[in-house]
Amino acid sequence: MPPTDLKTPATTRKSHRRSRLILRYVLLTLGAVIVLFPVYVAIVNSLLEPSQIAHQPPPLFPLHPQWNSYSRAWSQGSLGIYLRNSAIQTALIVTGQVATSVLAGFAFAFLAFPFKRTLFITFLATLMIPFEVTVTTNLSTITSLGWFNSYAGLAVPFLATGFGTFLMRQAFLQIPRDLREAAELDGYGRLAFLWRVAIPLARPAIAALAVFSFLSSWNQYLWPLLATGNDNSVRTVQIGLKQLLNTQLDQINVSLAGTVIAVVPLIVLLVIFQKQLVRGLTAGAVK
Amino acid sequence: MRRSLRESSLAYLLLLPALAIFGVFTFYPFLENFRLALYENPPFPGLPSHYVGLSQVGSVLGSTGFHQSLVSTFLFVIMVVPCGLLGGLALAVAAHQKLAGMSIYRTIFSSTVVSSVAVAAVVFGTLMDPVVGLLPWLGINPTPPILSNPTWALPAVALIAIWQFLGLSFIIMTAGLQSLPEEVLEAARLDGAGGWTMFWRITVPLLSPSLFFGVVVGTIYAFQSFGQIDILIGPQNAAFTHTNVLLYYVYNALSVQNNPGLAAVLSIVLFTILLVLTLVQFRFLERRVHYASD
Repeated sequence: MPPTDLKTPATTRKSHRRSRLILRYVLLTLGAVIVLFPVYVAIVNSLLEPSQIAHQPPPLFPLHPQWNSYSRAWSQGSLGIYLRNSAIQTALIVTGQVATSVLAGFAFAFLAFPFKRTLFITFLATLMIPFEVTVTTNLSTITSLGWFNSYAGLAVPFLATGFGTFLMRQAFLQIPRDLREAAELDGYGRLAFLWRVAIPLARPAIAALAVFSFLSSWNQYLWPLLATGNDNSVRTVQIGLKQLLNTQLDQINVSLAGTVIAVVPLIVLLVIFQKQLVRGLTAGAVK
Repeated sequence: MRRSLRESSLAYLLLLPALAIFGVFTFYPFLENFRLALYENPPFPGLPSHYVGLSQVGSVLGSTGFHQSLVSTFLFVIMVVPCGLLGGLALAVAAHQKLAGMSIYRTIFSSTVVSSVAVAAVVFGTLMDPVVGLLPWLGINPTPPILSNPTWALPAVALIAIWQFLGLSFIIMTAGLQSLPEEVLEAARLDGAGGWTMFWRITVPLLSPSLFFGVVVGTIYAFQSFGQIDILIGPQNAAFTHTNVLLYYVYNALSVQNNPGLAAVLSIVLFTILLVLTLVQFRFLERRVHYASD
């Protein structure tokens, strides 16, 4: 096959390549349309009157967009409060996970101490216990601590992560030994070394961990559903969406507007931190 | 001597916060499942539970509800994982080229990774709605409606999970494709391997570690999904018994039936299934430890 290919005149080959390129773009665009179609319909429907949404065939473009569904989702649907609660829960978890992982990862990478191996295995063992199988007792634990329906109850169980510790340890191990010895000669103590040398050098890994933990805590569903009460005081946006859908059955545009609002922070995250996100998500894959 | 003592105390101090969290919120509740499983809760919440030994474990594992739940869970996983992986692979192969505008396509293809289960459920719930949805317009309108139809409800929620998994699957497959040895592919091309032969004989075998990783991650993800079912179907629905996946069973035992004993037994089952899968994943991590410390 290739030999005949070589004999074809340059012009035909060129146009052949051109049509293949066009075909490739057509395929890519088709893929993009399939992936984005549900989101597109949701955005369009959020801008329509409920009566228009039920119209068959459904309009695929909002000729007279009704923006009031967004303000109604925000005020009646308490979206503002839910977003604030999610932001607080996420901020607590991201800060906590980064802090505990950096500290523990540093100990495992740079310090010598008895039972180091056993403790490291203990940390890795947590990866084998999915959070889902601990909810039964965790629910009674936070209730007896008086943390039911509170930010502490939402965040504290997630303040440490075996995955994050592992990720930070790996990042710290990349730091050349010479650098550490040089720092010691310069009179740096261990914590000064951590703060001034190790953390700045491990910034890419810290960013990957932070983005990963942002994504997973913002999108949590099971735990906020179990650990929050009906008064909305700490209820997160994911549970808020469920509530919105159940209470606004006749106003699907308001539910969809709420959904769009809830997803905006994550779109921003994806666009700005795509590289870090990919790094965090593929950290367990073989190279 | 004093130096090493100081070093050890510093190390324990640094490990303490994480260890405390793990102790209270991971290891203790995990072990507590095995104790709770031996206590039966009376049908009326509020009364004290009593010790029944292994009889509760036996009756739960033997119940029709549990068997149905197990079947639904496995059907769900079998629908979600292969479709999600093949979809992600197809997108990754299409996007594996240096062309203008490719970064936009990549962002779009990875985008569903940020969608939460609630967002996906509301969006797809609208599309599948018997009155306002798009499916009835396309002529797909079974009675009872899709999301309360014993036959179609599970495939419908699986479709939502597949869409959500596409982004992660695309990211894993793209990372795999980018790490393929270019020389091997070039050599195959020079040997005259055509598009399809090349893909199935060379690319897919070389990609097998990523495919394997994708299967493990996808399966764990599928076992942990239940939000779509909670939001769109719920316990009052006619299709409920056909969509009551294991984790939803745990959630209902806990929050609706107020029955920690039942929830504990189910948690142990869920753990055992996931343990096997996590061990496989763990081998990957371990291999990376070796690479890094060498």
